[in-house]
Amino acid sequence: MLPTLLEQTTTRVNAEIDPALHIWGWEIAVYLFLGGLVAGLLILSALLLWRPREQPPSRILQFAPLVALALLSLGMGALFLDLAYKLHVFRFYTAFRPTSPMSWGAWILVLIYPVAALSGLVALGPDARAWLLKKLPLGKVLAWAEGKRQALLGATLAGGVGLGIYTGLLLGTLTARIQWNTAVLGPLFLTSGLSSGAAFLLLFKLDEVDRHRLVRWDMLALVVEAVLIGAMLLGFANAGAAGQLAAEALLGGAWTASFWSLVVVMGIAVPLLLEGIEIKKHLPLVAVTPTLVLLGGLALRAVLLAAGQDSGFRMLP
Amino acid sequence: MQRREFIKITGMTALGVAAASSAVLPKDSQAAVDPGTDGDHTVATFCELCFWKCGVLAHVKDGKVTKIVGNPDHPLSRGALCPRGTGGTGLLYDPDRLKKPMIRVGERGQQKFKEVEWGEALDYVAAKLKDIAAKHGPESVAMFAHGFGGSFFKHLLNAYGSDNVGAPSYAQCRGAREVGFQLTFGTALGSPEVIDLENSRAIALIGSHLGENMHNTQVQEFAKAIERGAQLIVVDPRFSTAAGKARHWLPIKPGTDMALLLAWIHVMLNEGLYDRDYIEKYAVGLEQLKAHVADKTPEWASLETGLEASQIVDSIRVLAGARPAALLHPGRHTAWYGDDAQRARAMAIVNALLGSYGRRGGIYYPTKLGVPKYAGIPDYPHKFKPTPDKPKGKVYPFADESLAHGLRDASIPGTADYDIKAWLVYGTNLIQALPEPKKTIEAIQHLDLLVAVDVLPAEIVGYADVILPEATYLERWDDVVVTPYKEQYIAIRQAAVKPLYDSKPGWWIAKELANRLGLGAYFPWNDAAEMVKARLAAGKFDVDAVLKQGVALGARKPVFIEDGAPAVFATPSKKIELFSQQLADAGLDPLPKYTPPDEPGAGQFRLLMGRTPTHTFGRTTNNRFLSEVYSDNELWLNAQVARELGLENGTQVRVVNQDGVKSNALRLKATQRIRHDCVFMVHGYGHSAAGLNFAKGRGADDAALVTRIKVDPLFGGTGMSVNFVAIERA
Amino acid sequence: MNREKRYVMVVDTRLCVGCKACVLACKAENNTPDGFCRDWIVEDIWGLFPNLRAEIRSERCNHCSNAPCVDACPTGASHKVDGGIVLVDHDLCTGCKACIASCPYDARYVHPDGYVDKCTFCAHRVADGKTTACVAICPTKTLHFGDANDPQSEVAQLLASRRHKVLHPETGCEPNLYFLT
Repeated sequence: MLPTLLEQTTTRVNAEIDPALHIWGWEIAVYLFLGGLVAGLLILSALLLWRPREQPPSRILQFAPLVALALLSLGMGALFLDLAYKLHVFRFYTAFRPTSPMSWGAWILVLIYPVAALSGLVALGPDARAWLLKKLPLGKVLAWAEGKRQALLGATLAGGVGLGIYTGLLLGTLTARIQWNTAVLGPLFLTSGLSSGAAFLLLFKLDEVDRHRLVRWDMLALVVEAVLIGAMLLGFANAGAAGQLAAEALLGGAWTASFWSLVVVMGIAVPLLLEGIEIKKHLPLVAVTPTLVLLGGLALRAVLLAAGQDSGFRMLP
Repeated sequence: MQRREFIKITGMTALGVAAASSAVLPKDSQAAVDPGTDGDHTVATFCELCFWKCGVLAHVKDGKVTKIVGNPDHPLSRGALCPRGTGGTGLLYDPDRLKKPMIRVGERGQQKFKEVEWGEALDYVAAKLKDIAAKHGPESVAMFAHGFGGSFFKHLLNAYGSDNVGAPSYAQCRGAREVGFQLTFGTALGSPEVIDLENSRAIALIGSHLGENMHNTQVQEFAKAIERGAQLIVVDPRFSTAAGKARHWLPIKPGTDMALLLAWIHVMLNEGLYDRDYIEKYAVGLEQLKAHVADKTPEWASLETGLEASQIVDSIRVLAGARPAALLHPGRHTAWYGDDAQRARAMAIVNALLGSYGRRGGIYYPTKLGVPKYAGIPDYPHKFKPTPDKPKGKVYPFADESLAHGLRDASIPGTADYDIKAWLVYGTNLIQALPEPKKTIEAIQHLDLLVAVDVLPAEIVGYADVILPEATYLERWDDVVVTPYKEQYIAIRQAAVKPLYDSKPGWWIAKELANRLGLGAYFPWNDAAEMVKARLAAGKFDVDAVLKQGVALGARKPVFIEDGAPAVFATPSKKIELFSQQLADAGLDPLPKYTPPDEPGAGQFRLLMGRTPTHTFGRTTNNRFLSEVYSDNELWLNAQVARELGLENGTQVRVVNQDGVKSNALRLKATQRIRHDCVFMVHGYGHSAAGLNFAKGRGADDAALVTRIKVDPLFGGTGMSVNFVAIERA
Repeated sequence: MNREKRYVMVVDTRLCVGCKACVLACKAENNTPDGFCRDWIVEDIWGLFPNLRAEIRSERCNHCSNAPCVDACPTGASHKVDGGIVLVDHDLCTGCKACIASCPYDARYVHPDGYVDKCTFCAHRVADGKTTACVAICPTKTLHFGDANDPQSEVAQLLASRRHKVLHPETGCEPNLYFLT
């Protein structure tokens, strides 16, 4: 048997790489979180707006696609802040690289803008429309969009799904980071985006039907999230030395405390419990549960982003 | 991986491969950006980041040196360089360089100076020197030097009337080896050592850490030998880089090398592993040697050295199995325990028994080219007074260079045959290069004059009365260098760029001083370039070719006995002296004896020091370019011991020696790579000089911890690995 | 026949003493900014005193045949040129750092000017028919550079005759930096 590697020294001390990769900070965590949240918002609002209504939907639902766009812009702002060569940001749009999730993401983001904006117009209730038409000459556009309502909502749904998958794949395809080298990461981020989207909407006044649906969807998403996290850890257990290293970070390493307390307990377990109680006891909604879900979603990105950067192949023999 | 493949495939399919590769893909830019570091011309010169003198090509672009590469025509570099060789730019463009002549205004050591013009500085020095010559005689001026540019100042000092020139590279470094080999074979080994490593089939190193000690050609040959399958035996308390390549690593207890050597000799003689014909033909004293080592069995040595007896036997069998192409490397820095010349003798004897002296893969007879002197330089008019480099009444019968520390000690009035009153210090930081730094500082306080010629403000410069800023090797011409080597060659140093700031080449400084001392006749040329070209022309060299190539090769001459080199031994007996009558006559041991080393006290470790490939002691630790890969020294300590002391790898620690001297803080390297009874650090760190803005305060200075020495009775060398330290958390 | 080239570097770990001449020669040749390096030395020690084994490697970008950085790059800044050398086009780079995260060898860094930078196999020298700066300086002849698809080349012959390995073959990146052991 080979003796174990006991000492490794390297002369390399490159900034942002050594001793552990630390290229991406809060900007990317916020970007991934907002990307997931926006994806969730787009998907859920498209689904909720799908059915024809007698009454205009609640105000937050009317504005959901536009709010999503605002949040998406914030996210892209965070991404921009992270670029090391900000002057070259336009280079994302002088190429499309089909192998690069980053490239897909860049293009998905710009495709989402018109689709979500038009969906946003369609979603507006009569009051808001009237107000808007007074301010801007959008009558023709609105009429055209109204005619394509289903198609637009369908496109928004598709955009949301694409965005959600992309935020997961972005890290998940960077297989050089052992922690991210798991097929679960994409679905996990998509699901987390859905629960975040639902939680975000639940912060506002909704009609009862929508509220009930959202709470149920949120619970379902949280359960799926928990299952996916379990699957991720099981996956690591069967992935040799690399998996062991990845699992250690979450089960007995630097990121264990924050992962379990912030992501699992605060972000999943407690909200599930509270939502369950709310449904059973027909209690009035409070802002606490959705806030916890949102914070949990942010924590999930932040912790996995950091843990992943901490888990390179160099740590393997 | 699968996901990356997946997205690749889906991506390509989604778009259609054709569409993807045409319109939406950007141009595939082919060319790499040329960083533009090639010079508009190159200047062939030789390096001075250490003293090996490898040929380099300096790339010069718009008057700046952009990079330095190896000169393929030069026999010492063969186109390749060690890491330091690339770092000439780090020296040339060091922002901390001495920029103007300065005269001291504060107390000695306060490092307070005023900038002056060259005229004033040189007038001051010349006036003082005249005064000292009148009062105390010119011999009371001593010079300390390290570096090829010192030749002009030695010439000046000789013309002035003193031959008291000491270099720490002798008594503090390679002296013991030179004495031991000279006593045995009649000739010292010099630098580059006249060893044919590349053809060795088996090599043994004792405390010599080739690979960390990066003398270019030697490491090139070392690697070549390994590539050719040479067997390697490394004797070192530390798992050195070389030990990592060895078939046998002998982690010897420090201070017991002699026991190992005697046991090796014992085995060689007992098992008949030595070269009988060679010894019979060329050596004297075999019978005395046999009797001397009769009881020096591997089992005996095992108890002394901490090595297994079988290891001792196996390793010498491997070495002897390859003779005569077998070499016990003579080492270089050998100033360890005070019996160093005798240890070198034992190493010489092993080489004699291997029959390696004068043989391919062993030690060769060097050859060199001649270059005529510059015509018209008068002979020195004086008979030099014997050097006062030892205490009054003391004799070191086999010293054949001046002892730098002895000249220092002679500066403390009344201790030597006569007092040294002034120092001219050229390129050697005596504060770190000599042991017992307190004594150095004390001696300085007694001087009438201390002149420092240097490039950087090292500690010793801070004590100077006058600082003369020299141009770096890339900015100056020096004399022709003639090196005894296995190939005949001469090389030149020529300026690649003009001197920066108000620095001046050494030749100019020496010549200007000579003019002021009325010794102008000794410097009849206008400048060094003219002098070098005249010498080359007089030697019938193609001057233009030499200027272009930086080097001129001579005809191949046989350097091995088997190729026809005469087997000459310049000893009194004209033979290899296994038994040394010279030593016996001087009342010293004619055959090397083993003395057990002192033991460290409880909680103490023997302090060992050495090199790192990227630095030449303290001379380069301010070099920011070289420091990109090694900027601070570490304290190596056995990992098990560190655990017992509750010290983790990477902890900042200090060491305290037996006399209470405490080091700077340095990082602990808790490692499997060293024995439990010693610690190791790289020499040349822990600078305190105010002007060394980069190096100041980095790492710890081993020299400051050398408050005790053991003096070698053969030649006065200073054994320095006799200090013990305890470790504390910083 | 117009055979495709595959440039590789072969590192003889038996000869390497870890002197770092390659690191510094690279810095000088490529004018790499302070605090960054495109190649570096790794020293591995196995075992317990006194039964130790060492391996010293000069490492750099592996110029992978299946380069994840090229795939991850959203703008085409990271691209392959003749012989499989992976380069970064500074004009196209946004500094998004996806390539840095994608590299299992951590060979890339953000240049202070904003673009991502790394070893180029000295493509500017190779284009002139010269070898890389690190190979040229190496005093122990540890480093060899050449076209592995040319059976006559030194690298092809070394790979044919000597035991060798690559780092982390499990990544599937097909690295082109070989280590003789």
